[in-house]
Amino acid sequence: MSLGTTTPHRVLLFAEDDPLRLAGGRTLAPVEVAYETYGSLDDVADNAVFIIHALTGDAHAAGVHPDDGRIGWWDNLIGPGRPVDTDRFFVVCANLLGGCQGTTGPSSTDPATGRPYGLDFPALQMTDFVTVHRRLMRHLGVRRLLAAVGGSLGGMQVLQWATESPEEVTNAVVVAASSRLSAQNIAFSAVAREAIMRDRDFAGGRYLEGDRAPDIGLTIARMMAHITYLSDEAFTTKFDRRLQERDTPAMGFGVDFQVESYLRHQGESFLDRFDALSYLYLSRVMDYFDPFADPAAVPRLAEAATRFLVVSFDSDWRFSTAHSRRIVRTLEQGRVPVSFREIRSPWGHDSFLLEPPGYHPTVRAFLDRAYDERGSS
Amino acid sequence: MRPDLGVVAGLVPPGSRVLDLGCGAGELLSHLERGHGCTGTGVEIDEGSVLRAVRRGVPVIELDVDTMLGEFADASYDVVILSRTLQALRRPAEVLAQIGRIGERCVVSVPNFGLWKHRVSLLVRGRMPVSRELPYPWFETPNIHLSTLADLEELFAATGLRVEKRLLLDEQGALLGGRLGGRLGNLRAGAAAYLLTH
Repeated sequence: MSLGTTTPHRVLLFAEDDPLRLAGGRTLAPVEVAYETYGSLDDVADNAVFIIHALTGDAHAAGVHPDDGRIGWWDNLIGPGRPVDTDRFFVVCANLLGGCQGTTGPSSTDPATGRPYGLDFPALQMTDFVTVHRRLMRHLGVRRLLAAVGGSLGGMQVLQWATESPEEVTNAVVVAASSRLSAQNIAFSAVAREAIMRDRDFAGGRYLEGDRAPDIGLTIARMMAHITYLSDEAFTTKFDRRLQERDTPAMGFGVDFQVESYLRHQGESFLDRFDALSYLYLSRVMDYFDPFADPAAVPRLAEAATRFLVVSFDSDWRFSTAHSRRIVRTLEQGRVPVSFREIRSPWGHDSFLLEPPGYHPTVRAFLDRAYDERGSS
Repeated sequence: MRPDLGVVAGLVPPGSRVLDLGCGAGELLSHLERGHGCTGTGVEIDEGSVLRAVRRGVPVIELDVDTMLGEFADASYDVVILSRTLQALRRPAEVLAQIGRIGERCVVSVPNFGLWKHRVSLLVRGRMPVSRELPYPWFETPNIHLSTLADLEELFAATGLRVEKRLLLDEQGALLGGRLGGRLGNLRAGAAAYLLTH
């Protein structure tokens, strides 16, 4: 069943007299966070599940958005009777720090200047996202998560949260993620950022004060990233070499193949919901992420006995199974309880948002057990 | 729990860190964790079994025992268990070498093709044996590398694994009473469980 209409919330978590202290040394205030919750927190506050979104997601993870009727991005996973069962769990999802869908980010107003931060917004690290998530949980009266669940960049935050404060994360679900990006991963993000920053309308990050935005750069960044989210097989199944609204090729440089039209649409519709500066800041966080570089991280996890479920998809080449296996090997060799499955799916990295056979039943089995054992550790 | 798993569990020292290859739905690991203070990891490739193991709370890693044991580090477990799995593997000799590398000790249990009934089936009836231990007809059995206990012990020796203890089981999976030597055991046991060191 799907949740009905959800309620967006916004809360001021860090005020000027209590600023957010970032890992890079700078402080930030005010910090506002957009979030949604589903289900209800039980008396002893031990049924909280934090859902963490990926690079371009938002706080609207499930149900129907009251403003535009949009269905949440992980609605197939979250809801009454679904694997993240809102009849049992208190589910929270928040827009990331640095984002552009309600939470403070580079397009927010800098109180020192009265202008948008632009590139004066401080550089972020994975731990900064977690610091803000943690403060939100405290605001909601939760000291310890029954589970943290995330895919892609969301899975990386789950890993960060668990490795830095394992006593706060009883169970961790890490889907289609990585503990350290490869050179190829970084290369793709680098091209996306170059496309944005070399767009003349980027204006050194000051475009929010003018009439034009680096739309071409952001569109190209999204088009290219989108290619990496799908497998070759998925593109063939969806489009093959079919032509767009014609029987013979135009032999020009316009949009002739269906796949070209699709990518253009993906790029352009992205402009309505995403900001180029957030794209820069959030994608950069992934490049530097390397939680196991801290030699104390895994022993801490083993001590707290945080339980992990790691899931990868066999056709994902953005964060291939090799990335997940590295996480699994590191945890397993460090004596951290970890379960792992590679799910067969033709859809590439995007599979984590879909329902290839075996995927949701695995998450359900893990969370059902977590629910049964809540409060026991 | 299956009675033969109880026999296998008896060979695992309390408090051990255990890797159970072909762990099924995790019954044995769950029993070892609760009853013997062990910790560990299961490995399984059958989807239904993996899901049941996850539901039970046993850490289980989905991978192919034949080809992917390289994922596990040298001497990273006190005990590696191969319970009724060896006979279903494509490369039993290589897997035995791998488990010797990964575990301080190994527990291996197998059905015994040398059981007298199996011999009679072949000798008298001229048919491949089908029994409680080996319940499948030849064309759909997962047991592609059957051996007698004598064959298996030869392979242990060749792989550098020393038999520290051998327990013989009857066809119901219960311990066989009495003292049975090598040849008599090979005739009477439906299955055997070995504790191996190297």
